[in-house]
Amino acid sequence: MWRYMGRKLFVYALTFVVAVTINWMIPRFMPGDPVRSMLSRGSVSDPEALERMTAYYNEVFGLDAPLHEQYLSFWAGLFRGDLGISVMFYPEPVVDIILRAVPYTLALLVPAIVLSWIVGNHFGAFAARSKVLDNTILPAGYVLTATPYMWLALLMAWSLGIVAGVFPTAGGYSFALTPGANWEFVSSLIVHWFLPFLSMFVVALGGWAIGMRNMIIYELEDDYATYLRALGAPRRLVRRYAFRNAMLPQITGLAVQLGTIITGALLTEIVFNYPGLGTLVLDSLNNRDFFLLQGIFLFVVVGVLIANFVIDVVYVLIDPRTRVQMTGGSS
Amino acid sequence: MSNAAGTPGADPGSAPGPVGERRFSETFHFARRNPKLLIGLTIVVGFLLLGLIGPLFIDHGPNQYVGPQTQGPSGEYWLGTTTFGQDVWAQFVYGVRSTFLIGVLGGGVAFVLGTAIGFFAGYRGGIVDEVLNMLTNVVLVLPAMVVLIIAVAYLDARGLVVQAVFIGLTTWPWAARAVRAQTLSLATRDYVDLARLSGRRTWRIITTEIAPNMSSYLVMSFILLFGGAVLTAAGLDFIGLGPTDGVSLGLMLENAVAWSALQLGMWWWFVPPGLAITAIVGSMYILNVGLDEVFNPKLREL
Repeated sequence: MWRYMGRKLFVYALTFVVAVTINWMIPRFMPGDPVRSMLSRGSVSDPEALERMTAYYNEVFGLDAPLHEQYLSFWAGLFRGDLGISVMFYPEPVVDIILRAVPYTLALLVPAIVLSWIVGNHFGAFAARSKVLDNTILPAGYVLTATPYMWLALLMAWSLGIVAGVFPTAGGYSFALTPGANWEFVSSLIVHWFLPFLSMFVVALGGWAIGMRNMIIYELEDDYATYLRALGAPRRLVRRYAFRNAMLPQITGLAVQLGTIITGALLTEIVFNYPGLGTLVLDSLNNRDFFLLQGIFLFVVVGVLIANFVIDVVYVLIDPRTRVQMTGGSS
Repeated sequence: MSNAAGTPGADPGSAPGPVGERRFSETFHFARRNPKLLIGLTIVVGFLLLGLIGPLFIDHGPNQYVGPQTQGPSGEYWLGTTTFGQDVWAQFVYGVRSTFLIGVLGGGVAFVLGTAIGFFAGYRGGIVDEVLNMLTNVVLVLPAMVVLIIAVAYLDARGLVVQAVFIGLTTWPWAARAVRAQTLSLATRDYVDLARLSGRRTWRIITTEIAPNMSSYLVMSFILLFGGAVLTAAGLDFIGLGPTDGVSLGLMLENAVAWSALQLGMWWWFVPPGLAITAIVGSMYILNVGLDEVFNPKLREL
């Protein structure tokens, strides 16, 4: 078991190194001068400030030092928690800006992922092998997975937000309020949160339903299911066993789908102008704020790695076979 | 008997001529009777024709300011016009074309990379497999879109081809994994051993003995990669990292949002592009299920 975990951890550590290296490499090996293009697009009008910032960024990039030194100092900065200073919000450090946005993104992501996973799995299990449901839920599920996240978000913002006027369509809370722990503010947060959450939830639902439906079909063809049926076990009991077995690949699927869902969250946030990482990505792109962009990249990668590790641990806890295999397999 | 079509490598090598022919006609027999396959194929081909032929009937550029501003669909401008008086129908038709282009190119690059790595890792095994598997896992864990965002952001001029190549470079891993798993199970079959004993090169064994026996699987992988590439490209376009001087469905969505089509109620600007993406990719997926049922007799009996 420890060997298995060690192996996984090694892959994650390697991924982190690769991500940091990509982050370091891209501004240095892409054509063009990153510092100048960044500062010329960023709206800095004061010439003195511009000069100071140019000097600062040249020093941070350390473009005159030899490459391996640049690389090492990049890592050193990383371990000090220093991701640079934002251009857009000069002189605020990138880390602070990102930490302000992360709660909003997590508040969308975590409920959307967990709820769509649970509901989708039950839908899929229910639909499998019953002709009418199979022929309606399956195509609907495929159409949902093919829906671009931002398009469904747009449709919902337009229909429920603007035409019907039920929900607000922009921001994380009403701008008339000052953030605080009072009920008015919290309810404003919830109302603004609902539509982005709903559109993500709906798009993610389809994939889980399809995955579960396919898994259940395979499980129901397995020997143990046939045996149970031959014993005259009720349909519900057979289903329950099949469902438990079919869950395992769905948990692995969660890890695989994570990247797609995070992308979906970023796009959905942009549509709703929700103050999370997605909107931050768009703003930093428009202002050529590459420090912020790269900081967000690292944060997302670290988040994905942590989530992957959690899923691995859960998998080992849930599936007793992996534990047996792991202790017996080492000999 | 019907089992022969679904169990790859049962005996296709021994008598290629008649068996291959019978297998084809049998596949065709089931393909014609599969509603999912037919419906999916019809929609995909319909959009493909629209993208190929549609632009020929439009005598102005998709981004030209040709008509009145902010007008709903009418006889002259089928999908209305934008805030600047651009013809939405023209943009739509050109956008459908570039959607297929990005799907084929991006999906194609990912397919070639993924299958090559998968075949090689699965067939060679040992240290080659270890290294390639590690590489696959690393790229798999990295969120593709976020890597694409920072890579593409530094490019000053972006074209459709560059975008497609970048998408291909980041989305291949799951295909490599799937192909590797299939190859592992095929690589120990007797006929592959025989081919190896006869001293054929690795590449020839892979292309003549292993790949044909999982051809249906490969076709389906390509379709999924195609869909993934289209969705990824649409996402990139939407955040403003699309082709700098082109038209695409994702760019239409971006412009619609940027010029507040939502608040102005200009639904004809943002509904059609998303609908087309959903229809193309969704019917691709449904077509895929149909193909699966045709190739896999176990599912066919439903």
